[in-house]
Amino acid sequence: MLYREALNKALDEVMAKDENVVVLGEDVGLYGGSYRVTEGLAVKYGERRAIDTPIAELSIVGNAVGMAIGGLRPVAEIMTANFALLAFDQIINHMAKYRYMSAGKITLPMVVRFPQGVSRQLAAQHSESYEQMLAAVPGLRVLAASDVNYAYHALKHAVLSDDPYLFIEHELLYNKKGDVDVDRPLDPFKARIVKEGEAVTIVSYLKMVDDVMAALPQIEETLGCSCEVIDLCSLNPVDYDTLRKSIEKTSRLVMVEEDHKTGGYGAQIVSTIAEEMFYALDAPPLRIAGEDVPVPYNRRLELQSIPTPDSIAEAVIAWGRKHDV
Amino acid sequence: MDKQLAEEIYFEMVRGRAFEYAAKEHYMKGEISGFLHLDIGQEALSVAAMKAFGKGDVFSTYREHIMAMVRGISPNAVMAELFGKAEGVSEGKGGSMHLFDPSHYFYGGDAIVGGHIPNAVGCAYARKYQGEESGVMVVFGDGATNGGAFFESLNIASAQKLPLLFLCENNEYAIGTNITRVSPFKKQSKKAEPYMPTLEVDGMDAVAVHKVITDAKAYLEKGHGPIFIEAMTCRYEGHSMSDANAYRSAQEMAQCKARDPIEKMKHYLETVYEMDETVIAQIESQAQQEVDAAVAFASEAPEPAPEALYAHMFVEGGNHALS
Repeated sequence: MLYREALNKALDEVMAKDENVVVLGEDVGLYGGSYRVTEGLAVKYGERRAIDTPIAELSIVGNAVGMAIGGLRPVAEIMTANFALLAFDQIINHMAKYRYMSAGKITLPMVVRFPQGVSRQLAAQHSESYEQMLAAVPGLRVLAASDVNYAYHALKHAVLSDDPYLFIEHELLYNKKGDVDVDRPLDPFKARIVKEGEAVTIVSYLKMVDDVMAALPQIEETLGCSCEVIDLCSLNPVDYDTLRKSIEKTSRLVMVEEDHKTGGYGAQIVSTIAEEMFYALDAPPLRIAGEDVPVPYNRRLELQSIPTPDSIAEAVIAWGRKHDV
Repeated sequence: MDKQLAEEIYFEMVRGRAFEYAAKEHYMKGEISGFLHLDIGQEALSVAAMKAFGKGDVFSTYREHIMAMVRGISPNAVMAELFGKAEGVSEGKGGSMHLFDPSHYFYGGDAIVGGHIPNAVGCAYARKYQGEESGVMVVFGDGATNGGAFFESLNIASAQKLPLLFLCENNEYAIGTNITRVSPFKKQSKKAEPYMPTLEVDGMDAVAVHKVITDAKAYLEKGHGPIFIEAMTCRYEGHSMSDANAYRSAQEMAQCKARDPIEKMKHYLETVYEMDETVIAQIESQAQQEVDAAVAFASEAPEPAPEALYAHMFVEGGNHALS
């Protein structure tokens, strides 16, 4: 099954199960979704449950907040994280705060889904990642799906939960293939150990997990060691227990992320681990992240601006040699 | 308007004003803090609109103490919230600007100008989806009509034929800026005219406000879509307690106060129902007693416990963002 099909299956199942679930967003209805995630839902459940909206992101999220207040379970789709910036007031001031400000009188069972990240030459206004800002907002659950099975289970969980969720996808993952084990629901807040290892813990999420895995044979062969690769899956809350256990074993941390390095999401992870486990580390943590520039259009420059399997391998190997891995 | 309703409205208006003056007094004493936006002068609108809308969802702004009480939240719970106490309607976490109670169909209490209008649109969608006829009312000031959230909402509510009443309280000032300095229109209904029927009402006249909201609610229930009502009103105080109101002349304020909504309602009771001074005095005395009791309640109410800091973050799982 493809990643986008897994998301579609999750939505289809929750819509069948609960008639309060509606999806809304630009082109999610008759068109079937820009990435085909909502394909077929309008036909199956009607246009009143697969709602085409104007290109008005503030309203897409703002209306979803009101729908949730009114007793529905809306799943809003924003075409990319870059456009979600137009909805930041609704995401941060409304979606994240109503429950707390009302002392729990208002609950917002809702999900806002959007892809982010560098696809292929979409230039700066369609290529950025904003998890570093959004995962820092108290009051939101923030999930990032790198894996087909996780995407299916985590989206179902998010829609059926009574809390507000941001569900982050990646432009380049929609056609990723994988198996879905429908009979084994998972804990969406638990990090996923993609590969076990002994010498280095490499933490990542979203598409960078695949890039780390692509770089891994070269890293392990060159350094002559085994690495543990962890997919965070949930960006808020963070499963620090899984990270701590892994780092106790390996004594080394590498953080790989696609967003800009300054203020990037991984800064918090590295900072927390350094604060708590400084003396358990045998080497300074390594952060591999996007360059601090808007994503450029030109393909060579674009690839230069974010981590790739080659640049990840190169950086980890250089760091490993310097610190006797 | 029947006598009992007229009396109730008068009572709520008088209690509302007394409440606001008490809030002002205790703000000056330092017992209430933060931003405090008083509704003095606009009581006809806040009381009569809430009364007339009956069952139905209401989304409002940060100038909402009186509306919250008319909806059914007790003066004790509102005053305790202003004092930041655990017995406040939002347990001391919201303050003056964030009063919510879904059991009274009241959803704030929003302090992002215009930011709550899209929420009301979504709620109206939910009500239509559920086949509920009661509809939704969203209250906002003239200042909110210049923002994008307002225009997006007019468009969507109209395109989807949603049961939504847009109630614009036009007091002509966005904090200290007169509306005509930042908008080509003095009457903001001009902006809504292409999308839906619009009506204007004297926001200082409780009887007129009650009638227009009652009619508008009936219109919503017929399923024709949204409607826009502009109520011309006047706030007597500054935008908030930190605004000295220096931008309005004594003459302008005098003209404003000559339209006093409480005096107008009192006159209505005296002329239409020949209500004598004893009854009016009784109403006024009871209103003041309730406000005094609310202040006493708020003063004595406990502070939130330290554990409250992380309470009400999420329904499921732990409350810590990064554990």
